[in-house]
Amino acid sequence: MSTKPDFTLTPGEGGDTLVLTGAMLVSTLGALDVRLRAITTPIAQIDLAGVDAIDTVGAWICCRLSRDTGAAIVHAGDGAQRLIDALHRVDDGHEAQTVRLLPVWLRVPANTGDTVVGLLSGAVRVLGFVGQMVIAAGTLLRHPSRIRGKALTHQMELVGVNALGIIGLMSFLVGIVIAQQGAVELQQFGAEVYTINLVGRLTLRELGILMTAIMVAGRSGSAFAAELGTMKLTEEVDAMRTIGVAPMEALVLPRVVATVVMMPLLGVYSAVMGIIGGAFLGQVSLGIPFFTFLTRIRLVVPTYDVWVGLIKGPVFGLIVALAGCYQGMQVKANAEEVGTRTTAAVVFAIFTVIVLDAFFAVFFTEVGWG
Amino acid sequence: MTASEIDTPPAEPTDAAASPDDCLIRVRGLRNEFGSYVVHDNLDLDVRRGEIIGVVGGSGTGKSVLMRSIIGLQIPDAGTIEVLGQSITAVRDDADIAIRSHWGVLFQGGALFSTLTVAENVEVPLREFYPEISEELLAEIAHFKVLLTGLPGDATLKYPSELSGGMRKRAGLARALALDPELLFLDEPTAGLDPIGAAAFDQLIKGLQQTLGLTVFLITHDLDTLHEICDRVAVLADRQVIAVGTIPELLALDHPWIQEYFNGPRGRAATAAWHRASERTA
Repeated sequence: MSTKPDFTLTPGEGGDTLVLTGAMLVSTLGALDVRLRAITTPIAQIDLAGVDAIDTVGAWICCRLSRDTGAAIVHAGDGAQRLIDALHRVDDGHEAQTVRLLPVWLRVPANTGDTVVGLLSGAVRVLGFVGQMVIAAGTLLRHPSRIRGKALTHQMELVGVNALGIIGLMSFLVGIVIAQQGAVELQQFGAEVYTINLVGRLTLRELGILMTAIMVAGRSGSAFAAELGTMKLTEEVDAMRTIGVAPMEALVLPRVVATVVMMPLLGVYSAVMGIIGGAFLGQVSLGIPFFTFLTRIRLVVPTYDVWVGLIKGPVFGLIVALAGCYQGMQVKANAEEVGTRTTAAVVFAIFTVIVLDAFFAVFFTEVGWG
Repeated sequence: MTASEIDTPPAEPTDAAASPDDCLIRVRGLRNEFGSYVVHDNLDLDVRRGEIIGVVGGSGTGKSVLMRSIIGLQIPDAGTIEVLGQSITAVRDDADIAIRSHWGVLFQGGALFSTLTVAENVEVPLREFYPEISEELLAEIAHFKVLLTGLPGDATLKYPSELSGGMRKRAGLARALALDPELLFLDEPTAGLDPIGAAAFDQLIKGLQQTLGLTVFLITHDLDTLHEICDRVAVLADRQVIAVGTIPELLALDHPWIQEYFNGPRGRAATAAWHRASERTA
């Protein structure tokens, strides 16, 4: 093992002589450097005779001392001299630059301002993105041969078919919970039979499509953002452009169209699974036979409840897909941005879907589909 | 890399097998396979202290895989690898490879951490291995390492995405040199650089190698680099290192791939350029 580096100060004429000893290596120098910085007396000479090993960090410390104090370096070995010379050659005399953070009372308003400006310019960019997408869709309608059927069906499989398992299970369980909780409350009025109304209307109208949208945002919206973001980082999107393939047509539209088409289908599927879950619970613990439950659904749920769900589906799908694709295409700098953009896509999609759902609820009640 | 080591001149390349002390990397019977595709089979290689060894071979002959095996990123299917006398292959856990602080690696694209500035990138290995170094010294080390690689001082505050490809390579080299390693692994350092930039990078590596006494393991396709700075060249073909030696030694061999590599149109041009350059200096 190399010896611990140390120093002694010998007073002399015109200033002290700093005698360094031991191994001046990056692995051993940490503490010595702090002590060397504390020296306040003038130094005329730096004596390296006692140094038995030195690397660039050790040489740098000698260099810095000699530069700052004007001291001469003496008794340096060949290797040490070569390192010190090399460092002298490249040293530009500037201090090492570090990022200076603003003090906290300035940083908070600055960050707030940045966020507000970011929100405004973000809104403009979203509008631009939607515009580009509409133009691309128009172009495709005029040249149907350019529609990418393969990409579209592939995305439909990813967004729709592959989600059947998890959405089915989730809806089935939620159906059970609604029926169970509803029955407990309704029993107090002797009205358990209305559990059927509760499950049927709630799943078809609200929960089926809302939970599907949330699940799709988590499954596919995030995937869109991460995929497109990574493709941006690896310059795949630029490569596409140069080949003459419009990323809007090849990447964004298939994803958006697939989600818009699959969302209402998944919503209806989710509602059906929820009703089956309710009927299952009815059979097991409420004494309502399974098929009676299903037949009653037809009588107590108005047809417009199905329409409400079907109308909301494509809108939610559009929001989820747009958020994912837009955020993905905005990635520019680094890997961290892929993460933050993906989070932003999912949070924005879920939040907007819930807000819109509230608007839809008020709207449909007002138009008499209550 | 210490002064005492620098003072001993690098071992002269000889035909005799290097003594165990001079051998920084020793690969024996290495076998790497991906599924049914065998990349290396019974591969042997010695890298001597203080030399720049160039590794060449056609695409897909496993140059990068060999490097990844040596630095412990790829666990070989058979064979042993020793670096600085320590076995890499016997260790299964990444964290146990203590000799990591003795080498620096420059990956093909630089592989800088994209969320950190250049200075922070250089500081990462220092913070990891030597937490007692003060913030001021860390900043100074990052600053002079960046200057050593030929980047301007203000590049330290830039993010990798703000740098050009060549600057990214230099920044990657600065990070590779952060711990003052004895061994430097470079994966195609001059690929993608303009000829002037590539020549400057060659000289930079040669200069650093001479000043710091490094041993350099260099993967390259750049014939000029091979002529200019490599002490020896190892040729990868047929899943093995088929020859190691200086370029004249390799040219004396009668292997079709080596002949085509060094005597093809590009090889001849590089040889001629090298001869002209050495005449001018003579």
